[in-house]
Amino acid sequence: MATTPDITDPDDTASPVDETPVAQSGVTTRGPLWVLALTAVAAIAVGLVALALLGGESLPTRNGPPVEKLAVERTVLRPSEIDVTVRNVGVDPVRIAQVFVNDTFVDVSGGTDPIKRLGTATVRLTYPWQDGQPYIVSLLTSSGLVIEHSIPAAVATPSSSGTLGLMALLGTYVGIIPIALGMLVLPLLRRSGPVVVRVLLALTVGLLAFLAVDGGIEAIEQSQLSGRAFGGPALVVLGAGLAFLVLTAIDGILKKRRQRADPSQPGGLRLAVMIAVGIGLHNLGEGLAIGSAYAIGELALGAFLVIGFALHNTTEGIAIVAPLATQRPSLLQLTALGLLAGAPAIPGAILGATVVNAELSALLLGVGVGAIAQVIVQITPALRPSSGQKLGPETIGAITAGVLVMYLTGLLVAA
Amino acid sequence: MTPTPSRRQFLAGGAVLGTGAAALGAGAMRDPPGKGTGAHHRMEHGGGVNGPSFRAGATVDHSANGFHPSKVLRDFDYGQVSTTPDGRTVRQWDVFAADREVEVAPGVRFPAWTFNSRIPGPTLRCREGDLLRVRFVNGSAHPHTMHFHGIHPADMDGVPMVGRGVILPGESFTYTFDAEPFGLHLYHCHVGPLAEHIARGMYGTFIIDPPRDRPPADELVMVMHGYNTTFDGQSNQLYAVNGIPFHYMHEPVRVRRGELVRIYLINILEYDPINSFHIHGNFFDYYPTGTRLRPTEFTDTVVQGQGQRGICELRFPHPGRFMFHSHKTEFADLGWMGFFEVT
Repeated sequence: MATTPDITDPDDTASPVDETPVAQSGVTTRGPLWVLALTAVAAIAVGLVALALLGGESLPTRNGPPVEKLAVERTVLRPSEIDVTVRNVGVDPVRIAQVFVNDTFVDVSGGTDPIKRLGTATVRLTYPWQDGQPYIVSLLTSSGLVIEHSIPAAVATPSSSGTLGLMALLGTYVGIIPIALGMLVLPLLRRSGPVVVRVLLALTVGLLAFLAVDGGIEAIEQSQLSGRAFGGPALVVLGAGLAFLVLTAIDGILKKRRQRADPSQPGGLRLAVMIAVGIGLHNLGEGLAIGSAYAIGELALGAFLVIGFALHNTTEGIAIVAPLATQRPSLLQLTALGLLAGAPAIPGAILGATVVNAELSALLLGVGVGAIAQVIVQITPALRPSSGQKLGPETIGAITAGVLVMYLTGLLVAA
Repeated sequence: MTPTPSRRQFLAGGAVLGTGAAALGAGAMRDPPGKGTGAHHRMEHGGGVNGPSFRAGATVDHSANGFHPSKVLRDFDYGQVSTTPDGRTVRQWDVFAADREVEVAPGVRFPAWTFNSRIPGPTLRCREGDLLRVRFVNGSAHPHTMHFHGIHPADMDGVPMVGRGVILPGESFTYTFDAEPFGLHLYHCHVGPLAEHIARGMYGTFIIDPPRDRPPADELVMVMHGYNTTFDGQSNQLYAVNGIPFHYMHEPVRVRRGELVRIYLINILEYDPINSFHIHGNFFDYYPTGTRLRPTEFTDTVVQGQGQRGICELRFPHPGRFMFHSHKTEFADLGWMGFFEVT
């Protein structure tokens, strides 16, 4: 790969190899390509139908008992009432016949019909639960199987009206403000030499690498809770992979457009936008985690949380402005960058506190991981000093420092 | 006492045994148990602070199950009676084992193993000294036996590898023994794994009346048991008296004020070591195992281990609804509770 001495994107010099006219080789003398394609698709379809009809007949049916699996996706607690939303993550339909809570049968409404595979149902339980106590909700299916769900500490689910405002505020505190603060280092950056800029970018890579790993672990944990109906950990990989590919494509489009418009303009702003997008997607997932922790009463709100996140996320602001050291972005551009990176924490927190389930959390956290990975890939070439191919000791030191800073500030966050 | 084979005849028989017309009247007035699912006497119960409940309004389909707990309560089977040339009473019963899917709670189906397609099995009743012949036909897909509590020869004990041993599917055997000692006993399958064979539903009440009748009374059988619907062998998910959890909450046991009530109480619960019986607003005389005619205790709560049983005698001085349940309250919350309705 070609390298350039400074942060004006190293990929810019890549030759446009895609222009080779390979498409023409597909035309044959025996007829148009689409006829051939249609024939092939039709043949495959006929084959599959035949296999389903004949092959299915030739195999014995399952002779074991029904496979009943339910995953509890959401629990809403109101005074003397518990709503439990389940998803059938097994093979066979499941019918919730009766429910007992802490070894007491309770009146149940809803969920009387069999739940089909991947279908959901909500049962409303009448039960005088007490604040802060643990409960085990046992769903007794029509075949006598018991599916247990543990509520570690019962806390009234916040009402959605009050939650919206609170989550918006929380998202602003932990997302937008810290990033804006971090971006305040920009004037300082301008006065610094290329080495300082490179060190700061290396620090950013360290920070992002930590976020990617941290987000990945969180995503896997979430996916384990989901009952794996939609793939479990595979969902995380899917989210990460898609995010990575989509951002790579967007980056390519931005690059081309800029080259066409003004080839002399350096790519610092574009890189900053990409970093902001990546961090923004990460903060969406972070907001989700905060919101859902709040919804189940596990989030210790207060100064500690806000300061912890603020320190943690201020570094993200530094990461965004790092590529802008040699640029003169307008205040509007800077504001947009800050919002791009920080604002997703707000919808994330709202989603997490109101509707989100473990699968969506896992997917979105995975998206954040993929986005960050893409950003790291983009920044990395700029870390190499102009003279050589290898990373200098100051760069490696800065990456390490970035990881450590994230680790240490992460310890301050209990969520 | 005049032996009568069917339960309707028994009501009449009990009347003869009692004080004639008055008792007959009482028997007739008593709500014929198990008429449909009790559209006119069905009671709502529980929910939230009002206590445990299945889905409000839901009941099991007793007719599909083939037995009704309100009938089981007063259903005594005296067998086919004949007399030997030397004047001895002989009672013969036909009991069959059958695999049945039972709706043990509204919407919950339990693959049960049963005696005579009901849980608990038939209440076999005789008098001390009778000669008993129990013809057992195994119509189940699994090997079973009938093991009676009582005093009898080893080859009539209904356990594997002794006497006839295990009765295989399709086979039959007649257990023949003398009725002794008088008291409240039970019978159950004794094939391994024992706990499962019992927990699947293979148990019933075996009453040997004393040579001279106990005082006339409104007699009830209450078999305390449970259902381990998950088959994990750890504990039960449902607890009941006479087959269906919470049944007597919907359809209270109707008794008459001031009349002597005699409860034949049996604990055949598996997996949980003890069970108990507690009655509200009243006390009862307790006759452990029913083998003595004097009560040992005047109480409102008794504890029974697995296989223990005893007779409770009481009169209700006040009208109204009185709860009865296991004072192991976890069992009560999981189905073992009901009401007496005193009129």
